[in-house]
Amino acid sequence: MSEVDTGVEEQVGGEGVEFRLIRVIVVKVLQESLRDRWFWLYTIGFAALAASLTLVAIPDSSVVLSGGFGRTGAALVALVQLVVVLMAISLGARVLPSERESGSLAFVLSQPIGRTEVLLGTFVGLGGALLAALAAGFGVAGVLSTLRDASVSASVLIRLTGLSWLLSLCAVAIGLVIGVSQRKVGAATSTALFVWFVLVFLGDLGIMGSVLASRLPVESLFLAAVLNPVEAFRVAAIVALDGSLDALGPAGTYAVDTYGDRVGLIGVGVLVAWVVAPLTLAWLVFRRGADL
Amino acid sequence: MITIENLVKHYGRTAVLDGVDIEIADGESVGLWGPNGAGKTTIMRCILGLVRYEGSIRVHGIDAKRRPKATRRLIGTVPQELGFYDDLTIRETLQLTRRLRRAPAERLPLVIEQVGLEQHAAKRVRELSGGMKQRLALALALLDDPPVLLLDEPTSSLDLASRELMVRQLEDLRGEGRVLLLCSHNLEELAMLVDRVVALDNGRVVEECPPSQLADRLGLSSWLHLSVAGGDEARAHELLAAKGFNARLNGHGVLVEVSAQRKAVALGHLSESGVEVLDFEVWRR
Repeated sequence: MSEVDTGVEEQVGGEGVEFRLIRVIVVKVLQESLRDRWFWLYTIGFAALAASLTLVAIPDSSVVLSGGFGRTGAALVALVQLVVVLMAISLGARVLPSERESGSLAFVLSQPIGRTEVLLGTFVGLGGALLAALAAGFGVAGVLSTLRDASVSASVLIRLTGLSWLLSLCAVAIGLVIGVSQRKVGAATSTALFVWFVLVFLGDLGIMGSVLASRLPVESLFLAAVLNPVEAFRVAAIVALDGSLDALGPAGTYAVDTYGDRVGLIGVGVLVAWVVAPLTLAWLVFRRGADL
Repeated sequence: MITIENLVKHYGRTAVLDGVDIEIADGESVGLWGPNGAGKTTIMRCILGLVRYEGSIRVHGIDAKRRPKATRRLIGTVPQELGFYDDLTIRETLQLTRRLRRAPAERLPLVIEQVGLEQHAAKRVRELSGGMKQRLALALALLDDPPVLLLDEPTSSLDLASRELMVRQLEDLRGEGRVLLLCSHNLEELAMLVDRVVALDNGRVVEECPPSQLADRLGLSSWLHLSVAGGDEARAHELLAAKGFNARLNGHGVLVEVSAQRKAVALGHLSESGVEVLDFEVWRR
């Protein structure tokens, strides 16, 4: 039997956050993701759709909006807005309720690890798994466009992958807020689908409806649009891919006129805020320690 | 040692624990005994910090509420509901726990061998039987050879052979200065494994004594189901009723309520009256 050491605090590094423990959870989440059929379903589906869109868009790739942001780029941005957000938000929302239901969360929290480390490890682990999925999807698109001698350059795909990953981290963080608030996987998944629908569809339609109903000034329209992380991603992606914000209508024109080159940074800033704020909220709820 | 003072836990308006005080000395084995809902498992979950509670718990002087990680560092646990990561193998599950507990790598093959899972280390958890999962839980609890073991119904899902093996392993873990806190419904099992039993009812401690005295102190009774020779069931029933036993016939024999500590008295009366008892089973109330 181990000697009982009165200096246990030194042994375990006090009750502070230990990066070593976060790393253990990251490895566990990555191991699990590689064996999760939902993860593979989403990854294969995303890669197949990215490949299809690349092939469909290439014949018209001579129609380049500017600087390489052609139809392929636009199609991939739309795909990320739909599929990657759905994938990330549902993975984030399911992970903790599923562990709570199976009892594995109680098993882990019976070990010398804190809730903060479990939550951060889960977030980083899911982020790593999603980066791999995005790299696979955009990698397939890149290989196909290279083979077809199309206009989508490697740098476009790398920038798009980076921004898509940032959007997926937002969605994971939002998913974790759902996950720490729901005890059942079914309820968490339904809530995640609802939130995805609101972000992707109702956000757009709601803004359009508000404009028509209240004749919002264009600056408010831009603000309302860019506060939605999915729209912020679209703005940042178009700017990063050297496309024209005219595609966003009067709000895009206003944004370019008012903010100039900073508009892309605003989009990225909104995305970063949408990672930090929900993750902090999830941490506050999870740390408070609902009974297991 | 473990010191629990005025432990209170409510689920909604229901008090699951209502002012529990327990003190366990170094090297002592203590059993928590009581009916379903008495609060045994909740005490374990409070010690591990899995639920919020009022009152104080100290493990080797460490406040479990203020320093839950440091407390859990001292505790190995076999929970009643075994929740693992189903897609991980036994070896991966042990590796995960070893890293969380900072146990030395050399312990891994030792504990796998100790619980007899060497042949199954590459199996995924979802492929394991209930008994193998229970052995895996024990292996995980022993990984860093902790000074405190919490065992919640550790034999509940085991067949007879696995139960005997588990009881032998738990017997070996007693002593050496290790604190062993064991929840069980089974008084016979507790009698083999613990020095003292804390009986709980409705979230309160109702008795504390050596396991051999608990049945008498709480007036516990058992039912004996008797199979008698030569169709003598009706006669056996009459004889036992005449001696003041609560007895009744069922389709296959005679049921008789006996004191948990004096089961053989009923058998003795029947033997003296020439009724041959072929077999009996004990059904504890």
